[in-house]
Amino acid sequence: MLEAQNLAARRGHAELFRDVGFRVGAGDALVVTGPNGTGKTTLLRMLAGLSAPSSGEIHWNGRSVGPFSEALRGVVAYAGHLPALKDELTAEENLASLVTLSGAKAPPGDLDRALENVALSHRRHLPARVLSAGQRRRIGLARLLLARRPLWILDEPVTALDAAGAALLARMVHDHLDRGGLAVAATHQSLGLEPARVQSLALGETVA
Amino acid sequence: MAAEAPTDAVAPAPPAADGALAGLRWALARDLKLAFRSRAELGVQLLFYVIVVTLFPLATTPERNLLSTMGPGVLWVAALLASLLSLPRLFATDHADGTLEQIALSSYPLEALVSGKIAAHWLTTGLPVVLLAPLLGLQYYMDGESLAILAMGLLIGTPILSLLGAIGAALTLGLKSGGGLLALLILPLYVPVLIFGAGAVDAVRAGLGATANLSLLGAGLALALVGAPFAAAAAVRIALD
Repeated sequence: MLEAQNLAARRGHAELFRDVGFRVGAGDALVVTGPNGTGKTTLLRMLAGLSAPSSGEIHWNGRSVGPFSEALRGVVAYAGHLPALKDELTAEENLASLVTLSGAKAPPGDLDRALENVALSHRRHLPARVLSAGQRRRIGLARLLLARRPLWILDEPVTALDAAGAALLARMVHDHLDRGGLAVAATHQSLGLEPARVQSLALGETVA
Repeated sequence: MAAEAPTDAVAPAPPAADGALAGLRWALARDLKLAFRSRAELGVQLLFYVIVVTLFPLATTPERNLLSTMGPGVLWVAALLASLLSLPRLFATDHADGTLEQIALSSYPLEALVSGKIAAHWLTTGLPVVLLAPLLGLQYYMDGESLAILAMGLLIGTPILSLLGAIGAALTLGLKSGGGLLALLILPLYVPVLIFGAGAVDAVRAGLGATANLSLLGAGLALALVGAPFAAAAAVRIALD
């Protein structure tokens, strides 16, 4: 369970948001919406443990977690704006490298299946340099499949994906929630999840 | 509350000591692979070292005694500059493409991952400098013993350059003119390494033996090995915040 209380963020003198609180249980998703510049990415980075809230607390399974805390690093899979891909490595090498970094095993069979799942099998030996933005995103999706982390934090996950990619993402998030995982996503597009499982948080309205 | 924790999706966390070693190996192997794929860039750095060393005899004097006095100093300064040239890329490319976020969020200790990156940096930039130094030293009429001590000093000293440099590289992450600031920040820290490294050769030429200088370099290396990965990891965390 991911819980946040009275979170606030400021950038310089400007306050992005304050008094943000929510509770997401296993099998649930939180969708963060709001106009540009209202702090969606900032909130997600806090939840991933990449930056510290200016006030408030974040709890994972009842334990308070701060930036880069070990409890959080072991469970979170963060997919931010940046793809974390190396141009010099092939699609497959990039995927294997990211999966091993997350501490999971990356046997060739699993890599094959994950690449098949995101429809990149035929591009696996191409360097990431020549892949399209959508294909780069798909490598990120394959990483989510293999890293086996319970908490997914997705920043604008639909960006650059085509219709089939968006459907794939929706299916992946759905299966992840079915397995008892959690997901927090900042998005403008619908993820196509069952409404009962989704909480929404609209930023940009709490601050007058 | 613990019952709510998802069971199926959780990957077992690796034990701490195991994790540190695995993390170091991951970073070392990946950075070596990346360096090999873009090896032209390493060639440029090495060529820079060779050219700087070669410029001095051309610009000053072909006189034997003068050159053999200058030699160790010139080779050491060139080694510092070559190290400085390659440092900005140590973390900057990972920072720019988002890999550094994933590295900092990995369940491996960040200090271990940073150590692996530093080790790869030394193997690809420091070690070639050490190996080339005796050859380049011939231009300066240095004798066999001086060349051996020079290489030995560089072998102990260049890892210190990579270790200290990593702190500076992490501190200047995300700055527009990071390269220049990095030089200002790191060159003063390089001074003791330069003094003891070049001093070792002078001491041998004066008949004093290089033990004192090399021991001090070794002590510096031990200190940097223990401290630098922690400092660099802390700086990386700050850069991401």
